[in-house]
Amino acid sequence: MSHEPSRRNFLKGATAATALTATGCGSDVLEAFMRERLQELSPERMTKVLARMEKDYSGQFDQEVSVAGTPARDNVLFGYGLDLSRCNGNRLCVHACVEENNQSRATTDGSHNNPIEWITVFQMDKDKGIDLDHADAYYEDETVPAEGKFYFPVQCQQCENPPCVKVCPVKATWAEKDGIVVIDYDWCIGCRCCMSACPYGARSFNWCEPNLPADEVNPKMHVLGNRPRKRGVVEKCTFCIQRTREGLYPACHEACPTGARVFGNLLDPKSEIRQLMDRKRVFVLKAELNTRPKFFYFYG
Amino acid sequence: MMRTRAFGRFTVGSLRLMVRGSPAYYAWIGVLLAMIGVGVFAYARQYSDGLIVTALRNPVSWGFYIGNFTFLVGVAAAAVVLVIPAYIYHWKPIKELVILGELLAIAALAMCMLFVLVDMGRPDRLLHIMPFIGTLNVPTSLLAWDVLALNGYFLLNLGVVTYLLVSLFRGREPNKKIFMPLVLLSIPMAVGIHSVTAFIYNGLAGRPYWNAALLAPRFLVSAFCSGPAIMLIVLQILRRTSRIDIKQEAIWKIAELMAYAMFINLFFLGVEVFKEAYSDTHHLKHMRYLFFGLDGKTALVGWAWTSVVTGVAAFVLFLVPRFRKNIVLLNIGCVLIFVSIFIEKGIGLVVPGYTPSVMGEIYEYHPTTIEILVSVGIFGIGALMFTLMSRVAIAVADGKLRLEDG
Repeated sequence: MSHEPSRRNFLKGATAATALTATGCGSDVLEAFMRERLQELSPERMTKVLARMEKDYSGQFDQEVSVAGTPARDNVLFGYGLDLSRCNGNRLCVHACVEENNQSRATTDGSHNNPIEWITVFQMDKDKGIDLDHADAYYEDETVPAEGKFYFPVQCQQCENPPCVKVCPVKATWAEKDGIVVIDYDWCIGCRCCMSACPYGARSFNWCEPNLPADEVNPKMHVLGNRPRKRGVVEKCTFCIQRTREGLYPACHEACPTGARVFGNLLDPKSEIRQLMDRKRVFVLKAELNTRPKFFYFYG
Repeated sequence: MMRTRAFGRFTVGSLRLMVRGSPAYYAWIGVLLAMIGVGVFAYARQYSDGLIVTALRNPVSWGFYIGNFTFLVGVAAAAVVLVIPAYIYHWKPIKELVILGELLAIAALAMCMLFVLVDMGRPDRLLHIMPFIGTLNVPTSLLAWDVLALNGYFLLNLGVVTYLLVSLFRGREPNKKIFMPLVLLSIPMAVGIHSVTAFIYNGLAGRPYWNAALLAPRFLVSAFCSGPAIMLIVLQILRRTSRIDIKQEAIWKIAELMAYAMFINLFFLGVEVFKEAYSDTHHLKHMRYLFFGLDGKTALVGWAWTSVVTGVAAFVLFLVPRFRKNIVLLNIGCVLIFVSIFIEKGIGLVVPGYTPSVMGEIYEYHPTTIEILVSVGIFGIGALMFTLMSRVAIAVADGKLRLEDG
């Protein structure tokens, strides 16, 4: 998809902008106002909204799309573990995440300049230890791990005390009962306060219309997860809410060939994540900020 | 009936004032309209393509727009605070000073709101953030608080100005017992809007450059430098173009008070520089990026030193009585301090907070032509609003626009 603005689009935008400025109102405004915030929907309304989305997306991508609204289960609090000794920087987690979660894609000719990835793998120097100032997110080694380097993947830490939720002026982002911080893409106004607040750089903005080709769409969607986003809103990792609420592992966990990733229910003493925390010592990123992440790093 | 007639006469009279004027007035309006036209054109491009036409990206997600917003909140706050010395020193004409200060505040607030609007990814969802209509996330979101504070302050100023002008238009002396309490209320509110705006940045623990308790005081003090600078120039223009008599003493006194504010502003900057430089933790890297650049990336260095040099030069001009009483030097000083604070509280405040980013990335932000043109347009709208409003207000205060004498 080329992103060269066509003349017609430009005129359309110009007219819309003029109309918006002149009247302070437009059909978009009215439509947006009629929408309800997902967090407040009754189960009946939610069913209707999901059906409408399924219809819209199926038409848009010319295939059958399902949009689940599976709620959080009782006595579940998701937690993630990551073994820094095993991660070798292959970035298969990053690519699996993009395919699973319908992020905006890069084009081969580079014409679309807003590809989005929810996981960033930082390459760090072994002799410096964990030091973000010397981390490189853009490493392009032919083979990994590179000599003298280790790797540090970062994604949304699903904080118990999430600064991003606190600052949102319109309650468009919140923490679900199972600990997943989600975004209502239809309520977000795109002010980007949450991006300023997040200490982990985990949130991405759709600076232009996302590029999601129909033949690359993952049609199994969740309303708070991987359904397609529009231009002008923020998105981030949801621990693959569309998978994990159905009892599956997140896509990044499944894709990892080194076994560096551990996932499970923090409230279940027999879960893999609890077993891990029992046997290994773990730490969280930027603990001094009291964000209380549910993403734990350890050395296996 | 009476009301309709008064309103009709007021409207006709105002319109007549707005469209008739000297060649200089027409030229000024022409310049402003051209600025607005350019801005609308640039915004149309942004509206159709998205914020990708700006230089903003994930690591630096706020920039020139939000910087201008922050600067103008300061102007809005400071314009009204000038009422305090006017009240204490019994400057005549206090009514006119109040009216002009509040009109400047209204125009500045309108620009603030426009800057937030053009920065929004989804301007079509503006209603989500409006008080009572939307879902304001109070008490936790400072931006939500700021929406309330700015709207409240806007309405208060609008109310006071309307009351004063309606009274004068009807040939009645405004009742001090009604408007003075409101004017005095607007002073703590002015401090409030600027503090809340500072808290939007201040409360972000992950951004050490902003997460310093001195931020709100610095905001206020720098506002007391830039706001009065605009007022001083406006007052001199009005002195020439209207019958309003603004005493020379008042202008000198404002200049003297500005010198104190500038000193405190420079002192606060020094305090922050000392704390970061002497502790030499990794928090220092933001300030280092601002003043010296990091890893050969120096996009802000020129801006930063321009701000320091103009700020110090203006301070010297305002500090020495002989200089500030020279009208040419005084005006040069006003321009210098305006430039200094515009940078300090715009790009110099916003961008280093993001550079390096929370994950250590250095993304060099520099506003694109579109961002600059959109901003030019918004400044044009603000200046046009202030020009037209003050033209009518002055005529009313002057007695040229009255209900009775036809």
